[in-house]
Amino acid sequence: MKELLQVRDLKKTFKISAKQQKIQKTKEKVKVAVNHLTFTAYQGEVFGLLGSNGAGKTTTLRMMASLITPDEGDVLVDGTSVAKDPAKVRSKIGFLTSELKLEEFFTPNYLFDFFAELHGVEKGTAEKRKQKLFDKFQISEFAEVKVANLSTGMKQKVSLVISIVHDPDIIIFDEPTNGLDVLTAKVVTDFLLELKAQGKTIVVSTHIFSLIEKICDRVGIIIDGSMAVCDTLENLTKDKSLEEKFFDIYAERAGESYEK
Amino acid sequence: MKSNMMTVMKKELRRFFTDRRMVLTTLLMPGLMIYLLYSLMGQGFASQSSDSEDFKAKIQVMSLSDNMRFWLDQDSLPVEFTEISGEQEKEKALEALGNQDSEYHLVVCFPENFDQLITEYEVSSGLPAPMVEVYYNSSNTDSQSAYRIVTELLNSYESAMANKFDVNVGGEYDLASEEDISAQVFSMMVPMLMMAFLFSGCMAIAPESIAGEKERGTIATLLVTPLKRSHLAMGKVISLSIIAILSGLSSFLGMMLSLPKLMGDGELINANVYGMQDYLMLLLVILSTVLVIVALVSIVSAFAKNVKEATGWVTPIMIVSMLLGVTSMVESLCKTEPVWFFIPLYNSVQCMNAIFSLNTDMVNIAVTVAANICYAGIGVVVLTKMFDSEKVMFSK
Ligand SMILES: Nc1ncnc2c1ncn2[C@@H]1O[C@H](COP(=O)(O)OP(=O)(O)O)[C@@H](O)[C@H]1O
Ligand SMILES: [Mg+2]
Repeated sequence: MKELLQVRDLKKTFKISAKQQKIQKTKEKVKVAVNHLTFTAYQGEVFGLLGSNGAGKTTTLRMMASLITPDEGDVLVDGTSVAKDPAKVRSKIGFLTSELKLEEFFTPNYLFDFFAELHGVEKGTAEKRKQKLFDKFQISEFAEVKVANLSTGMKQKVSLVISIVHDPDIIIFDEPTNGLDVLTAKVVTDFLLELKAQGKTIVVSTHIFSLIEKICDRVGIIIDGSMAVCDTLENLTKDKSLEEKFFDIYAERAGESYEK
Repeated sequence: MKSNMMTVMKKELRRFFTDRRMVLTTLLMPGLMIYLLYSLMGQGFASQSSDSEDFKAKIQVMSLSDNMRFWLDQDSLPVEFTEISGEQEKEKALEALGNQDSEYHLVVCFPENFDQLITEYEVSSGLPAPMVEVYYNSSNTDSQSAYRIVTELLNSYESAMANKFDVNVGGEYDLASEEDISAQVFSMMVPMLMMAFLFSGCMAIAPESIAGEKERGTIATLLVTPLKRSHLAMGKVISLSIIAILSGLSSFLGMMLSLPKLMGDGELINANVYGMQDYLMLLLVILSTVLVIVALVSIVSAFAKNVKEATGWVTPIMIVSMLLGVTSMVESLCKTEPVWFFIPLYNSVQCMNAIFSLNTDMVNIAVTVAANICYAGIGVVVLTKMFDSEKVMFSK
């Protein structure tokens, strides 16, 4: 199988401002958010990054999407280095996190066209794709409503649709079902499976075990910025449920750092 | 993908022009406000000047000849005169008029033996004609009116006498001290007002478009597309400049249309003193100033975490630029050497000041416009760097 996404020895430290030090109740001046992280996602599979809040999932995905630069290491996206050609990487991936927002003043219809234009999608193709995606996510009847007047779920669906205007082969979604009501969450989960069926390579991050169990082929458990375990879902859940396995590893790790 | 810059610009302009509130507050209001303000001010001036039917010019006359005395004594003329004689009395009269504490409106000096000079003068001789001096004070509206009446009278007398003497040829006869002249007042006021209007036009859009997008997380959505950061920066600066320039034009138009009213339709100072060339220079200065201000406000907005912080940071800059506007009122701060015109914002103020006081210096204007365009270009480069910096765009 082709190694479509190679995350190699990624490291990212953040300076913590005085203000943040107070909020986080820490005296540390730097925070190692991602610590020598390595994993590979193969073509056509769904890779799940599982971790608690603050584990470093979003930071990792941001580096993969070239939004922030790693201190060390690199990411190869279909052979293109994020460090060397970030613009090309951006054109190859569809990236969605909850912090990426749409301008509230515009309508889904306009925004889809706008982002399609930025991605250089040909007009006719964009129009067809828009019809299909808007129908699938029931956006059509709200196509001319300003984003400001849409419900949270609808906004999220529009964001998702717009993140894939260019029909990318690699899709990176950060906590895609977070904050969605159960119905919308199911629509999103089903869509991810559909994309997988189309042969797309998908990386999702989440702290929800059931989502991983439902869609992932391979799982990386990330604790404190380091990869604790990385294996197929099948291997991980041979004897125990994913949830039990996670807490076992967590306890093991905590013990390790305790011994230090 | 050069067209991506256009795509960004189109989006920015669409954002602005389809928002009726924005169009109203940034495009219509400034022009309308200036127009109304100046028109009202102009009316105020007009009602002050006593140009009524029974206005009589009270003048002091020196070396009044018999013929002239006879002619001026006609009851129908709106003139009351008192004779003075000797250099000393003349000096005193001129000083009082200059200080605005004279009960007279004018001082008129005829040459000695005026009647004889006229009779003997041959127009064809080519020699300078005998000359009458009429001193007035343009900062006093009554003196202005009197000056018009008396020069008109003298001119009609002159033509009756077949051009045998002249009224006020060459020399300085306006005794108003320079600071008093109304045009001077405007050359002091307008630069400051204009800076304020340009800044507020810019502040209405730039923080919203840059800090606002950052705050709301919409700029991050742009940053994950293949859009180049330099295209984003240029697209933003150009479209913001277009809007700010339109806003500046609105103020400019409001000013052009109301300047004649402000000047009282020729009551105080003829609006025609500002020719097309002056307006053109003014336009150039304003355009280049807008570029600088947009670049400046954009960079500050990119540093800020949100719109509130951005406007908070821009406000002191605006106050400083208005203080720079005040330099046009302090003569010692009005430099004319070209090197001073490399200082952004100050150069704009001084150029406008020079244009309004009719002392336009082409070199200084050229330096200003060129320097400002350079600064704006540097601004775009800095902004590009900032869009590329995760510290600026994704700081916690
Ligand atoms: N821009 C930043 N500045 C400072 N600290 C950051 C920044 N981004 C993330 N962090 C810190 O890095 C750690 C990992 O964050 P994140 O990747 O968002 O975790 P997750 O997405 O797994 O919840 C957290 O402790 C967070 O506070
Ligand atoms: Mg996260």
